[in-house]
Amino acid sequence: MPDEVNTEFKWVGKRNPRPDGVDKVTGRAKYGADLYLPGMLVGKTLRSPHAHARIKSIDTSKAKALAGVKAVVTSADFPAIPKPPGPHGPMISDFRDNSMNMMARDKVLYDGHPVAAVAATSEKIARQALKLIEVDYEVLPHVIDPVEAMKPDAPILHDDQVTEGEDEKTAKPSNVYRIPRAQKGDVEKGFAEADLVIEREFTTKAVHQGYIEPHACVAQASDDGVELFCSTQGQYVDRGSCAKLLGLDISKIRVTSSEIGGGFGGKIPIYSEPVAIRLAQLARRPVKMVMSRDEVFRATGPTSGAHVRIKIGAKKDGTITAAEGEMTYQAGAFKGASIGAAMNCMFSPYDLENIHVWGYDVCVNRPKVAAYRAPGVPMAAFGVEGVINELADELGIDRVDLRLINAAKEGTQNVMGMKYGPIGFQEMLEKMKAHPHYNAPLGENQGRGLAAGYWLHAGGMSCASVNVSDDGTVTLIEGNPDIGGSRASMAAMVAEELGIDYNKVRPIISDTSSLGFTFLTAGSRVTFATGMACVLAARNAIKVACDRAAQMWGVSEEEVVWEDGHARPAGANVGDHEPMSLAEIAAKAPMTGGPIAGHAEINATGQGPATGAHLVDVEVDRESGHVKVLRYTVFQDVGRAISPDYVEGQLQGGAVQGIGWALNEEYIYDDKGRLENPGFLDYRVPVASDVPMIDVCMIEVPNPNHPYGVRGVGETPIVPPQAAVANAVENAVGLRFRDLPVSPPKIRKAIKDAGG
Amino acid sequence: MAKTHVTTTINGDETEFLCETEQTLLDVLRDELHMTGTKEGCGTGDCGACSVTMDGRLICSCLVLGVETHGHKIETIEGMADGDALHPLQRNFIDMAALQCGICTPGVLVAAKNLLEKNPDPSETEVRFWLAGNLCRCTGYDKIIRAVMETAAEMRGA
Repeated sequence: MPDEVNTEFKWVGKRNPRPDGVDKVTGRAKYGADLYLPGMLVGKTLRSPHAHARIKSIDTSKAKALAGVKAVVTSADFPAIPKPPGPHGPMISDFRDNSMNMMARDKVLYDGHPVAAVAATSEKIARQALKLIEVDYEVLPHVIDPVEAMKPDAPILHDDQVTEGEDEKTAKPSNVYRIPRAQKGDVEKGFAEADLVIEREFTTKAVHQGYIEPHACVAQASDDGVELFCSTQGQYVDRGSCAKLLGLDISKIRVTSSEIGGGFGGKIPIYSEPVAIRLAQLARRPVKMVMSRDEVFRATGPTSGAHVRIKIGAKKDGTITAAEGEMTYQAGAFKGASIGAAMNCMFSPYDLENIHVWGYDVCVNRPKVAAYRAPGVPMAAFGVEGVINELADELGIDRVDLRLINAAKEGTQNVMGMKYGPIGFQEMLEKMKAHPHYNAPLGENQGRGLAAGYWLHAGGMSCASVNVSDDGTVTLIEGNPDIGGSRASMAAMVAEELGIDYNKVRPIISDTSSLGFTFLTAGSRVTFATGMACVLAARNAIKVACDRAAQMWGVSEEEVVWEDGHARPAGANVGDHEPMSLAEIAAKAPMTGGPIAGHAEINATGQGPATGAHLVDVEVDRESGHVKVLRYTVFQDVGRAISPDYVEGQLQGGAVQGIGWALNEEYIYDDKGRLENPGFLDYRVPVASDVPMIDVCMIEVPNPNHPYGVRGVGETPIVPPQAAVANAVENAVGLRFRDLPVSPPKIRKAIKDAGG
Repeated sequence: MAKTHVTTTINGDETEFLCETEQTLLDVLRDELHMTGTKEGCGTGDCGACSVTMDGRLICSCLVLGVETHGHKIETIEGMADGDALHPLQRNFIDMAALQCGICTPGVLVAAKNLLEKNPDPSETEVRFWLAGNLCRCTGYDKIIRAVMETAAEMRGA
């Protein structure tokens, strides 16, 4: 797949209303917390108040004795997972960590780490029960900052963790899990050839995905099996995790994904889900668990705060001769910072001969990080793009021109060895330069910033079924929770293939027992990979329909073609038959061999790099340090926009999340390692009055490996904003900012220190 | 303590319920009446996902107690469409793709409707400040603001 990339469409690329629109504007759509079952109990979690402590004992007897309490669990109620944990499915590689993150075993490793949970007949009783659980802690020294955590005398989180590659028997335990590295060419030689080398350090703070819907699930269990309804970015991966953590057969668990109220990567991991199942098993009643916002901030995945050192050398003409990047990322309480993705993407918008990147995946007493939109990349890109902007200024070359001189093109090979097919980065930069925004006049205390970004979206396993009803309408079944309008894209591609009206295709998201494994709604993979499965399923349904027409006409299958929603005789020798519509063929299905359907089970490959570049104007209030974003334009190579409305939405939403990251958002800990701002009042995400309209300029350079040319679009737009916004502030006040967020106190101090 | 008997009007229907004193209106709507269109994003009045109106005034239902609604008129997202006929805001939110995940959408719609009742011709800045209490993490607000402005123009007959 594919034979060719189509270009003329009736439904693809059009602004079709989403199939779940009415339910979502009327309040009918069911999200994670919206299910109520008879006899349902309320589950609540007791969490650690300490950043790091040994659990000496837990006494749940008083809680268990409270009237209305139906079950109480601690880590003793879950299987202890050995090290190494053994075979596993996609995305649940170290389920031993996941188990200990779900429920602390010997130690608590962060403020908010679960230690026990209860199920009771009301929320009030559940809360009372939590207060009756007695936990005896021995408080241990903690460490919050990854650079501190790498020092020889730092408190160690895991006594059994040595840095990957070291001998487990002889090496000292370390908070550094691994030091991944990638190289291309010879950076020493490259730096020697440079006329100018700039090396800078950058820091970013941990930020949260900030989805508005807290994690929520409802579990039911009997000896026959388990039913789980939950808000997740992947019901199949969730199912696999729950099976591993509970010691159950995968087929005994059915997970139904609710509508999902945002995720951005943060609803990939499991948290309360296995706990709710265990409580439901013990209580023999349904159990609902919904996190509070405080719990979401304290105990679910933020992304890593980072220390990044970037060194880039260039010749006077702007040619970059070498680039080096060192990253130190917070992993949180358990390993797993997204350094690999950062290495893969940080220098990848550019065609560079000599690159060396490496990073430290460092455990600290914070919640275990989760993916957040282009996981790991924005922090590294903040440094890379910052240095490139500084290089441009020092060399006296326009910032876009410097990028054009070094821009990746077809045939460019990045640090991971990937060779690019068609790529729209140069075209996009030309468009940016020609855009009215680029040369619009600026006023006093105003500045313009820009930066580029790259993401290689995911592929992977997906299934789809196209079932044709006897009236010719179609149910499309696929397995990815619809987080931002993907049903519309799937339906458009299937309608296009079948040649029927878009409104005749009803897309349904399957539970885990009704369709084969489908990987996550993540990595900008859904429209690409699951889209490909939907297209293939439709083509398989067409084959069946053509076969039936051939039967009815008494000709061979090869003599029938599918055109414009109809089976037609192909060639002059077939005879004279009226074309038959899908509805006509479907109506006769009982006489021609039974139901008409097409299925696909695929492992999608052939991802196309998605590059973007952002242009932003800001005005700085020199007295207060407040930054007002005046104008914002997003440029991105989207391959082909199947649903332009929702592609624009991804680009706009990513940009605004990036603005929040750049200007305001940060996790703030006190000296005891407790999160000080676990709420939307003090963790300030952008509100409507903080931002302007976000203009979008889509460049469509189709990905030749997808039947409609799709490149995953969701993640690239959060990569450039941090550097672009900081660059705009720099240009407004004439000072450099390399520490995010560029918040009012920092700007005020910088202006004051500079004598302003 | 015994539960309190409360009589209100919700979306035009007289509605009676029993609630504990500490239950919020949001708790009552969701946990007692199972009207789950109103969402909980924070429970502290910071996100606006639970926006409803009480006697025409826009409130966060997580900041009002169930017992306080006795004798008052509540309007929620479930009362916004007239049967199958969507409110122009609802229709334009679909047509103009002003939602992605949709969790903030009920609250945004209730707030926007309340704005247009008070100010049929709001400026972009007025819309942005009125909706500043309704967090949306997906859209970057662009398409929401455009849909509200478009609806205002449409309803004015402009």
